[in-house]
Amino acid sequence: MSILVNTDSRVVVQGITGKEGTFHAEQMLEYGTTVIGGVTPGKGGQTHLDRPVFNTVREAVEQERANVACIFVPPPFAADAILEAADAGIEVIVCITEGIPVRDMIPVKPYVQKKGARLIGPNCPGVLTPGECKVGIMPTMIFAEGSVGVISRSGTLTYEAVDQLTRAGLGQTTAVGIGGDPIVGTQFIDALELFEADPATEAIVMIGEIGGSAEEEGAQFVKDHMTKPVFGFIAGRTAPPGRRMGHAGAIVSGGKGTADAKMQAMREAGITTVESPAAIGETVKQHFAQVA
Amino acid sequence: MKVHEYQGKEILAQHGVAVQRGVVAETVAEAVAAAEQMAAEGVTLFVVKAQIHAGGRGKGGGVKLAKSIDEVRQKAEAILGMQLVTPQTGPEGQLVRKVLITAAEDIAHEYYVGVTLDRARGQNVLMASTEGGVEIEEVAAATPEKIVKVWVDPAIGLRPFQAVEVASRLGFEGAAFKQAVKFVRALYAAYEQSDATIAEINPLVLTDDGNVIALDAKVNLDDNALFRHPDLAEMRDEHEEDPLEVEAGKHSLNYIKLDGNVGCMVNGAGLAMGTMDLIKLAGGEPANFLDVGGTANAQTVEAGFRIILSDPNVEAILVNIFGGIVRCDRVARGVVEAANNVEINVPLIVRLQGTNAEEGMEILRNSGVELESAIQLQEAADKVTAALGQ
Repeated sequence: MSILVNTDSRVVVQGITGKEGTFHAEQMLEYGTTVIGGVTPGKGGQTHLDRPVFNTVREAVEQERANVACIFVPPPFAADAILEAADAGIEVIVCITEGIPVRDMIPVKPYVQKKGARLIGPNCPGVLTPGECKVGIMPTMIFAEGSVGVISRSGTLTYEAVDQLTRAGLGQTTAVGIGGDPIVGTQFIDALELFEADPATEAIVMIGEIGGSAEEEGAQFVKDHMTKPVFGFIAGRTAPPGRRMGHAGAIVSGGKGTADAKMQAMREAGITTVESPAAIGETVKQHFAQVA
Repeated sequence: MKVHEYQGKEILAQHGVAVQRGVVAETVAEAVAAAEQMAAEGVTLFVVKAQIHAGGRGKGGGVKLAKSIDEVRQKAEAILGMQLVTPQTGPEGQLVRKVLITAAEDIAHEYYVGVTLDRARGQNVLMASTEGGVEIEEVAAATPEKIVKVWVDPAIGLRPFQAVEVASRLGFEGAAFKQAVKFVRALYAAYEQSDATIAEINPLVLTDDGNVIALDAKVNLDDNALFRHPDLAEMRDEHEEDPLEVEAGKHSLNYIKLDGNVGCMVNGAGLAMGTMDLIKLAGGEPANFLDVGGTANAQTVEAGFRIILSDPNVEAILVNIFGGIVRCDRVARGVVEAANNVEINVPLIVRLQGTNAEEGMEILRNSGVELESAIQLQEAADKVTAALGQ
């Protein structure tokens, strides 16, 4: 079992003929993902990577039954690409694009919700279910099949956590990179809810960072609704206030969004917090050893 | 991107927001000329305001009242060229290169009005308070009931009735009420159309003669949206930014200087922050945040080393790369090239993991460059501790 993507996922890559889209579509295919083709407006009817290219997502849905979209469209056009995917009836939309203006994203989220679709990202590394399906840009060799769910706002910290888990002998059900922007389609709460409902997931690692209040909301959800053990790490304890640390969403302002406050909220919710980013795998391993 | 007060007012005025404009001066002579021009129009009381990208300017002595042209000259002489220290600048302060000369208003009441994104709701929120002129965070903490909040539904935008609600709850009356409604609507339009991340007026004032105008303006713009606002992008003032950060930006590096002793070079913002935290746990203090991004190559890695090493406090460097899109062999070649071109005179710890990590390690081993390598993150942390103990 898994969440969001699996062997039934039929992925359409929006922006497939671009450099990024081509490279990562190839990587997804190599992992065994069912990439049914891609969308590049104006290039419909062509073939790329031995797959059909469509002008619109709707054509990909109608002709190839696409149900997952992976977006590699440049920032000025990415919000529209998300809306198009939702309008065409895509169920899971994964937007990798970094640098979308916030104003463009504000109306996107309610529209996607209205259409009953789920958006992951933007500015995220995607979703990977080991052995089944990769949607996005995560490096595949670090993954192993298993029972730990991973949720993270940061790309490379997701890889770090997954690698440590695999080295500790703990495989993953699914890893979800939710993205580092101020507005993202899927928050910790949403991913936690999915993992709680997934029978194969026995524990969850959530990796947050400074800025916003999504980790606190996630912690409250854990306290109120979760039965499975959750492990948490927050990046940015040493980050100075008022400075945006790379991600548009990673900023401590007006004393809000500090790593310490988030760690505190996690502990109060019964989440096992990890002090060092190097100790994520070991901490989860110790937990499983104790349970056994 | 931050802009100066005078630029923020310019943006707002373009959208019909009633702002007190004034004249910008870079020299004392310009300041005096501006005041003389205002005096000819009947102004008798002036304000000289330092233009830097930090708030709390008044507290640091960067905003002064002047009762005559002579006083304008004195205040401008004092403020231009000063290192202005405010709660937001850090102890070294910020060099003042420009002042804004304005008329002093007769103020009946000061208010606060601001627009920003409420991330939890995914909607813009307009906040207003009758307690203007003070830190709004303090008002929000002590007396949250004094803050009026109006959220904007993206499907319908800010509606006129919402602006009316704000004006009403702030207690405006008569002609000023209409002005306040117009002000709120124009402020929101300016915020939205210029892709601002914040548009904050503190204070908004009601003058003795019944006018509603912005005396100050803080406007930050969304960097990701500057591509559609070339005119606003030109407002960038590199003098207000750390020269090393500007230099880093030219190499597509995201660098922020900090005060510690261990430099770091990392791919990805989250892992970069995590690495800074790890340095602290290893007994050091991070000297910087540096994200080399997803396209790290020999040139960017070398530029990163030069920037890190230009900070004399750096006693060790930790390179932490988790290759996803970034290939570790490319980074390793960059490290070797940089070591040949730049004198690295502090202990260097390189941790490579992920895509092509083995090839990268091989390149480092065969290069003859003096460094400690690590595969696991904890190994890297231990080597940082050891390097600092030497």
